[in-house]
Amino acid sequence: MLYAILCYHDEDEVESWPKEKDDAVIAKRAVVTGKLAAEGRLGPVARLMPTTAATTIRTGREPFVVDGPFAETKEQLLGFYVVDCPTLEDVIETARQMKRDESGTFEIRPLRYFDPGAPAK
Amino acid sequence: MTDVAWINAALTAARPQAIGALLRRFRDLDQAEEAFQEACLRALKNWPLNGPPRDPAAWLILVGRNVALDDVRRRRKSETLPADEVISDLGDAETDLAERLDHSHYRDDILRLLFICCHPDLPATQQIALALRVVSGLTVKEIARAFLVSESAMEQRITRAKQRVADAEVPYETPGAVERSERLAAVAAMIYLLFNEGYFTSGGTAHIRATLCEEAIRLVRLLLRLFPGEPEIMGLAALLMLQHARTPARLDADGGIILLEDQDRGAWRRELIDEGLALLDKAVRHRRPGPYQIQAAIAAVHAHAARPQDTDWAEIDALYAALERLQPSPVVTLNRAVAVAKVQGPAAALAMIEPLAAKLSGYFHFFGVKGGLLMQLDRTEEARIAFDQAISLANTAAEAAHIRMHLDRLMRDSASGAAVEAPRR
Repeated sequence: MLYAILCYHDEDEVESWPKEKDDAVIAKRAVVTGKLAAEGRLGPVARLMPTTAATTIRTGREPFVVDGPFAETKEQLLGFYVVDCPTLEDVIETARQMKRDESGTFEIRPLRYFDPGAPAK
Repeated sequence: MTDVAWINAALTAARPQAIGALLRRFRDLDQAEEAFQEACLRALKNWPLNGPPRDPAAWLILVGRNVALDDVRRRRKSETLPADEVISDLGDAETDLAERLDHSHYRDDILRLLFICCHPDLPATQQIALALRVVSGLTVKEIARAFLVSESAMEQRITRAKQRVADAEVPYETPGAVERSERLAAVAAMIYLLFNEGYFTSGGTAHIRATLCEEAIRLVRLLLRLFPGEPEIMGLAALLMLQHARTPARLDADGGIILLEDQDRGAWRRELIDEGLALLDKAVRHRRPGPYQIQAAIAAVHAHAARPQDTDWAEIDALYAALERLQPSPVVTLNRAVAVAKVQGPAAALAMIEPLAAKLSGYFHFFGVKGGLLMQLDRTEEARIAFDQAISLANTAAEAAHIRMHLDRLMRDSASGAAVEAPRR
């Protein structure tokens, strides 16, 4: 079974960590993920940029774009895509095409770090 | 993380919202700060025992209010304070705390708090000092060190600033749209000044300078979270991040300034550059250009150049031309001239800055750039005079050393460029 582990934390607080603290947290986790990677059991790993870098596409009659993160509590996180686009304009257009004739919300967030990983088939 | 480290991080993060709300309640900065301090002391006792509250800011605001009320009662009746347990044990109250507190106000609370610190009645240095003390929670000692003054002088400066803003009577009603956008612009300008103080002019140690820059970035992130759709706030955030990314490469071991073209670009902080570029991208989508966005775009051109010789100077020239139209100033023209020198050569750049002589006769960077251009034109004697003038106008020893280094360098290699990094004020 493949599982996603989603990370939540208070962004204000994480941003106020000194670099050493941040590095220490990453290093501590790498002990676990390093073992998984060696066994071919680690898929993509991504760290997102802060929510201030987010753009959200909501559904109206036409999908419309607003600055800022997804902030509803009525909807739940159901999945994600990682796409490579040269500009925000491109990724918005891509997301619009995917979303055509659908309800729900897409939040677009640039990645700060990405490792594609290599899970065994 | 240890309890104390975790709690301190949470208290720092909650500070602007909590003090902003307490200020709206008490309408007095000192009282709001005291109530917050007292709430923090209680948090340090209570949180390790009962675990962290779900909403630290809400907890601090409620406890801060109660403490201040008790304080008033005590003054009135000389009653003894209730035991800590009674005040701190919020128990079930905390469950619906978030609902009971009026969260709809928090955006304007924080903006008001920031705006009070950058009230137009205050000179720039007092604005920065007040914001660092009240909003960021730096100690007077830390702020004094950043400004190279004694602790008692800084204490006085902050007290005077508080008195002035109290006299100015900033209204507590929810601001209208126009007033809100004026406040936002004033706060953005203060954050920009704070950053520049750390980046360009502060005489403190590298550590203190970095602290000022990081505080400015923390505040602009806060502002961006409150006002996510403002392209100029995105632009300011991008500008500060793109510039701060260069910090690890900007100073040599002796604290001397390393010119942009000599910096080890591999040492630039990639994650800050990426975030800055992402924010600039977001801002540009709005098609509402402004001075911060343009300056961020200029910083982005440098960030995109893997080597100095890859820099797109024509693009930088065009961006400065746009900035000149939007915000005409001799300093902007001076900066543009550096790009023009790269694109069209030193003679064109010199012709461009010569009319600025009267306006910039007291400006260190004017003579730095002029000397560099004259040097490239082999007008050595005139160049030396310009450099001497620059050194005599230097604000800090580092600036003077910077010009001497520049002078030495141009003496060695008169064909090289004249990029003097100047603050764009």
